[in-house]
Amino acid sequence: MNRNRSYKALAISILTLVFSVLGSPATFAQHEHEAHAEATHAHGEAEEFNPGETILHHVSDEHQWHFATVGESHFAIPLPVILYTPTRGLNVYSSTHFYHGSGEHDGFTLHHEHFTSEDGATVYDFSITKNVASLMISVVLLIAIFFTVRNAYAKRQGKAPKGIQSAMEPFVIFIRDEVAKNYIGEKHYRRFLPYLLTVFFFIWINNMLGLLPGAANVTGNIAVTLTLAVLTFIIVNFNGRKTYWTHIFAMPGVPKWMLIVMTPVEIVGMMMKPFSLMVRLFANVTAGHIILLSLLSLIFIFKSAALSVIVGPFTVFMTMIELLVAVLQAYIFTVLTASYIGAAVEEHHHDDHH
Amino acid sequence: MDLITPSLGLIVWQLVFFLLLVFVLGKFAWKPILSSLSEREKSIEDAIELAKKTRNEMAQLKADNDKAKAEALFERDAILKQARQTAEKMIATAKNEAAQEAKAEIEKARKAFREEQAAAVAKLKGETAKIAVEIAEKVLRRELSDKNSQEALVNDWLKDAKLN
Repeated sequence: MNRNRSYKALAISILTLVFSVLGSPATFAQHEHEAHAEATHAHGEAEEFNPGETILHHVSDEHQWHFATVGESHFAIPLPVILYTPTRGLNVYSSTHFYHGSGEHDGFTLHHEHFTSEDGATVYDFSITKNVASLMISVVLLIAIFFTVRNAYAKRQGKAPKGIQSAMEPFVIFIRDEVAKNYIGEKHYRRFLPYLLTVFFFIWINNMLGLLPGAANVTGNIAVTLTLAVLTFIIVNFNGRKTYWTHIFAMPGVPKWMLIVMTPVEIVGMMMKPFSLMVRLFANVTAGHIILLSLLSLIFIFKSAALSVIVGPFTVFMTMIELLVAVLQAYIFTVLTASYIGAAVEEHHHDDHH
Repeated sequence: MDLITPSLGLIVWQLVFFLLLVFVLGKFAWKPILSSLSEREKSIEDAIELAKKTRNEMAQLKADNDKAKAEALFERDAILKQARQTAEKMIATAKNEAAQEAKAEIEKARKAFREEQAAAVAKLKGETAKIAVEIAEKVLRRELSDKNSQEALVNDWLKDAKLN
């Protein structure tokens, strides 16, 4: 059964890889244009609409929260820029300084959302970017939601759930029974429930926030998925028991000389698991955003408002699918994390037939 | 390649906020929520268990009741039957006694009648004998005076003295 699951995981990773490769030529091609586009930016609205640049801009992080540009006026929320350089220490600015004019302020230059220092020192950028700001919003939302739910449980002790409490309860029970208990087992699942529940609801709410117009693409950012995947990797390997490690370094039932081949493969597999988690979430969410933005870009590419009659409903349809993907990807990440933990904490007895 | 290059700042913030979230939600949300859930599940299970037990008890009680009722009915029937039997027996006895008494009474009456009859017969016999003697005496006396009239007299008397 475990083996079957990992085949499935492998198949999914291959599919996502194929998907992201298929999706990328356009984005890569647009990259070349970016420099050119940047140059013409100063000329204002006369410039040609560049869908690649627009889409990439929307799915990427930035140092301000930009909503729209109408004529000459930019509707954007300035965000704090926090920079650390070994030479100058910690510096904090408002992002407005870097989005007007040359993008140079106080010895720092913002170019393509990257900071460089005048004195050539390495710049460590800890800015509250659009994604970080969105992250904070999601954290506040999650805490608000689940504190409300918790209070409802305290207030309505032993009674049927109501309101937001009854909206969240099935998911909490689902993660507890169908994910944690099912994949990790009765004995150990309790320890991992806080992580699994947080991962699930964190990914879900950020996926959904990302679908709002003008919102950040948090779960479609590789840094975010990398962090989550690394946390899963750490949890899995810190909880690895004898069975888990012997399966990596001394696969039972395999001739000794075969271990020379098997052990590296197993070690790669150990790394591939979180890697696939990272890529899957990132690729799925970003691909969804790219599809939606591409559809909307059609209107501007063909410069025809009439096209919105077709594009509009189709975008709505795609958004519906993205809503499904939002919860599905959260579920997949949680389930796979639980199954990796389950494999790590597994006791010896039921592995004899391997 | 910006898209697939993780930025340090975001990794750090994500790590900080996510761990904070795990900690805060874990301590102040998941723990009470999960314990409330399992408490409620337990109370529901207990309630179902209690309902099942109560239902069994009710069924037992009903069975007991039915049994008691059946027993009572049986007893009633038995009592009724017994009473009927007793009554029948009493009636039969009474009838018997009455019949015997009547018989005895009749016997007594018959005996008395027979005695009286015997007495009457005896008395009649005596009377008849006396009358016969008297007649004979009278006849004899008349014979002595008038033969015809004596015969007429005898006939007359005989007509009068009808023996029964």
